[in-house]
Amino acid sequence: MKEFSYQRPGQVREALALAADDGARFLGGGTNLVDLMKDGIETPTRLVDVRGLPLDGVRDAPDGGLVIGATTTNSDAAAHPEVRRRYPALSQAVLAGASGQLRNMATVGGNLLQRTRCGYFADRSQPCNKRSPGSGCSAIAGEHHNHAILGWSDHCVATHPSDMTVALIAFDAVVHYETLDGTHEIPLSEFYPPVGETPQRETMLPSGALITAVTLPGAAASPRSRYRKVRERASYAFANVSVAAALDVNEGVVQGARIALGGLASRPLRAHAAESALRGAPATADRFGVAADAELSAARPLRDNAYKVTLARNLIVAVLTELAHPAE
Amino acid sequence: MAASSTSPSPATAGHHAPRPNTAGTTAPSARMSEPPLGAIGMARPRVEGTAKVTGAVRYAADEPMSELAHGWVVTSTVTRGRIRDIDTSATLAMPGVLGVLDHSNAPRLNLDAGSFFGPDGGMHLLQNDEIPHSGRPIALVVAETAEQARSAAMALRVTYDKEPYDVDFSLEHPAARPATAFFGEDATVGDVEMEMAASTVVVDERYVTPEAHGAAMEPHSATVWWEDERLQVIDSNQGPFLVAMTVATLFRLDPKQVRVRSPHVGGGFGSKSGGCGPQLVLAVMAATMFNRAVRVTLTRSQVFQTVSMRPATDQRVRIGADAYGRLRAIDHTAAFEVSNLADYLENCTELSNTLYAAQAIRTRRTAVPVDILPPYSVRGPGATPGSFALESAMDEVAERLRMDPLELRLRNEPRVGPVSGLPFSRRNLVTCLREGARRFGWATRDCQPRTRSDGHLLVGTGMAATSFSAGALPSTASITAEAGGDFTVAIGASDIGTGARTALTAVAAEALRVDPERIRLLIADSDLGPAWSAGGSRGTTSWSWAITGAAAKLRSQPAGATLPLTVSFDTTESLGALPPMERHSYSAVFCEVAVDPATGEVRVRRLLGTFAVGRVINPLLARSQLVGGMIMGLSMALHEEGVRDPATGRHVNGDFADYHIAAHADIPDIEADFVPDYEPGDPSGIKGVGEIGTVGTAAAIANAVWHATGRRHRTLPIRPDRVLEEPPPQ
Repeated sequence: MKEFSYQRPGQVREALALAADDGARFLGGGTNLVDLMKDGIETPTRLVDVRGLPLDGVRDAPDGGLVIGATTTNSDAAAHPEVRRRYPALSQAVLAGASGQLRNMATVGGNLLQRTRCGYFADRSQPCNKRSPGSGCSAIAGEHHNHAILGWSDHCVATHPSDMTVALIAFDAVVHYETLDGTHEIPLSEFYPPVGETPQRETMLPSGALITAVTLPGAAASPRSRYRKVRERASYAFANVSVAAALDVNEGVVQGARIALGGLASRPLRAHAAESALRGAPATADRFGVAADAELSAARPLRDNAYKVTLARNLIVAVLTELAHPAE
Repeated sequence: MAASSTSPSPATAGHHAPRPNTAGTTAPSARMSEPPLGAIGMARPRVEGTAKVTGAVRYAADEPMSELAHGWVVTSTVTRGRIRDIDTSATLAMPGVLGVLDHSNAPRLNLDAGSFFGPDGGMHLLQNDEIPHSGRPIALVVAETAEQARSAAMALRVTYDKEPYDVDFSLEHPAARPATAFFGEDATVGDVEMEMAASTVVVDERYVTPEAHGAAMEPHSATVWWEDERLQVIDSNQGPFLVAMTVATLFRLDPKQVRVRSPHVGGGFGSKSGGCGPQLVLAVMAATMFNRAVRVTLTRSQVFQTVSMRPATDQRVRIGADAYGRLRAIDHTAAFEVSNLADYLENCTELSNTLYAAQAIRTRRTAVPVDILPPYSVRGPGATPGSFALESAMDEVAERLRMDPLELRLRNEPRVGPVSGLPFSRRNLVTCLREGARRFGWATRDCQPRTRSDGHLLVGTGMAATSFSAGALPSTASITAEAGGDFTVAIGASDIGTGARTALTAVAAEALRVDPERIRLLIADSDLGPAWSAGGSRGTTSWSWAITGAAAKLRSQPAGATLPLTVSFDTTESLGALPPMERHSYSAVFCEVAVDPATGEVRVRRLLGTFAVGRVINPLLARSQLVGGMIMGLSMALHEEGVRDPATGRHVNGDFADYHIAAHADIPDIEADFVPDYEPGDPSGIKGVGEIGTVGTAAAIANAVWHATGRRHRTLPIRPDRVLEEPPPQ
């Protein structure tokens, strides 16, 4: 493990100044960064601990939404009464991730920035374009049972591991960040660039920028929203496929839908095609299936993960059916 | 009855154990002349329980040592080939580094050293430039601190000449060969083909199980130093005496020169039973080379790469039955992986030789050498994957006969060993089946699959019967009657978390007719004399026999002897005098599952096991062990799988995030209970409980998944992608 310095500033400006060095990284809960440092995947020269910054907690936003401070722990975000009331799928998504101990440490800001769990990314002896650009992708011909079926490129087929971001993107979340130039915001839907030829570029965040908060618009509040995650054991595993959804049905007709998918791509995906196909359609399982197919027609499964197409389709239908017919 | 058959004796039918001398004539001793005191049968919490939950006990890596150096293991990143060069220059220049051990400078080992199966190249580390499998330890970086060693190890520059590898195991592999007959010959009873032809139904299917890892919570660690010409070892293992003997052979030392202690061990599951772990081989080398105390602790990833696993198996089972459900023939061919470095037997056909009566039984065991780390015993070796195949096939016979699978088992009870012709010492399978069925509420089950649902979930139930070979292996105990009225009981036993300390204290108290408070038990030290390991479900039986023998000897001393007085007892002769019989524990496992066909998620809702395991020393601890075994069986059925990279042959899921063992959320209410049982061939009437909890569980779950969905799962684990159903066409 490479030597590094450690600082814990009390103010955001101070943190930004400390992080201006190339080798600096912000440290939140450390649940991902520290593991990667131990294995020599991340090699920062300076850690700037953000947990002393005044960025903790959940508060009301003027538009009826919520502001979730970047250093709020995953556990606190999931347990917050207003998160649970207005955006229950977000609370469910956070609780579907990791373990109680990890959620107590991990922060909301850090969750947005976690790295892929592709085994080749974490193995320095093997090629990986994300870790070592130009070295090649080991997963395409290798073990890729739980890799991407949508949006991947020949350079990388890894998936984004976060559950939380799947729910956030369904609720039109906005990421707020600060640089030495001032404060900025970017919709989460634009936060993660497509893989393309640069899998090493994982977010649009400028170098040295600090995420300060995530906001959820009041208009997206969906007290009847749902997150479902399928994985290979009942707890403590990354998603094969996950779905965050909310459904507005009036007299059997879909007025609007919010659907986001996890486990399928290098980023959480908003299922715009499925949402469009549902608007004005009868809230029936058949139409839910048509909507799912509209979204998944672009899927390009790898040798060993074609099951994800079926699983995603079935899971979308199951979650929408549950939302449309809560009694069943 | 059998022209060519296995001959079950305490050692043969089960587990990776040496055969006892069967030529002895001395009768088992320690016959009780007074009523037992009652220490056996009492539910007592484990004696070290408080110390464990408060963190006070020391595991192998916890022992404080002065002047301790640390070794960091470097493993091969290629699957097969040769080391072209190891450039140590950057590593040696790093702070705190004492040196690097590799094949150019490591002490030469005795290449005859190995396990019961013969020389084991898995132990012969750093002897040449060959890379026989991925993850092979190729160097040890030794430094003043573990952090320095790790950091310096990352700077080591290793280059390889890669060679083609083969990890593509299957029953049809061209290199397949008959497996070692270490536990007896394959069975050939009756005319299998004639009986198959005469059968009303014939099941002929393939069953596949993946590589599986012991996955003990405590990673392997060894601390080694020389002290007055003696090698002192603190190591995480399942049997310090056998480990000490292996170290002595490997390093050509006088056995008296080696002392191995393993005071507390955080789980073994077979992974600490294979003679001498890589952590210990390398620590002995480094302690010798640098004349320092050296500790080598494996990381979780290194445990997966360098410590033996259960081999993958590929089994063909054919069963023919008449219309009444009587078996006419069982034909079980079982292939398993072995390494090119060592022989091994995954004895998958063990249960097919003994569980059911049939006119004809044929078993064939096939070893397939591939470029992998030598496999070894893990959680009910042989019996566990074998039971999955046999008990799944039995369920398929019941399905084709439209018969209750419980009734099918009841109709095939043998009177003597179906292959051996030997009598059963005590066979209580029927009691287990009937009692388990009663408790579970089996009688109302509809044998038709896919008939029960709960909302969108499909619900089904399944069962399996099983046995596990019982017996004891040679061990020596000594007991000292102290002047103050206490007794010091010494035996080289190992408590790997099962409660051996507590159980053996009770055994000694009863044998000596004293209160357990009066017993001072010494274990986990090779200096205490020859003793079998915590393995093969034979730890407690082997050690208890020695303790009861010593106690009887002490009690037969003339009154008024001068104290302290020490006697010892070696069980070798008594074991040799046991008449050959079929000796097994038995169980029946019942379960209920709920399956979501849309997502492929399988959840076990209920799991119930009834067990005939002889006399139960401590029901609290024994039940805990059996429940733990059933959890391992559940984990095998639904989760566990060592995955190899199709592009490189390397093991790719070597951590607890990716190698899935059942999480708490996967575990339902589990019931495990005992039926009255007694083993007449054991002085205390006991059988082992270590592994039988695991053995039948995977088949019971797979059978329940079939009952829920109508689909058979003959490949484990039963992952969501294998269960998931396509939506019906619109």
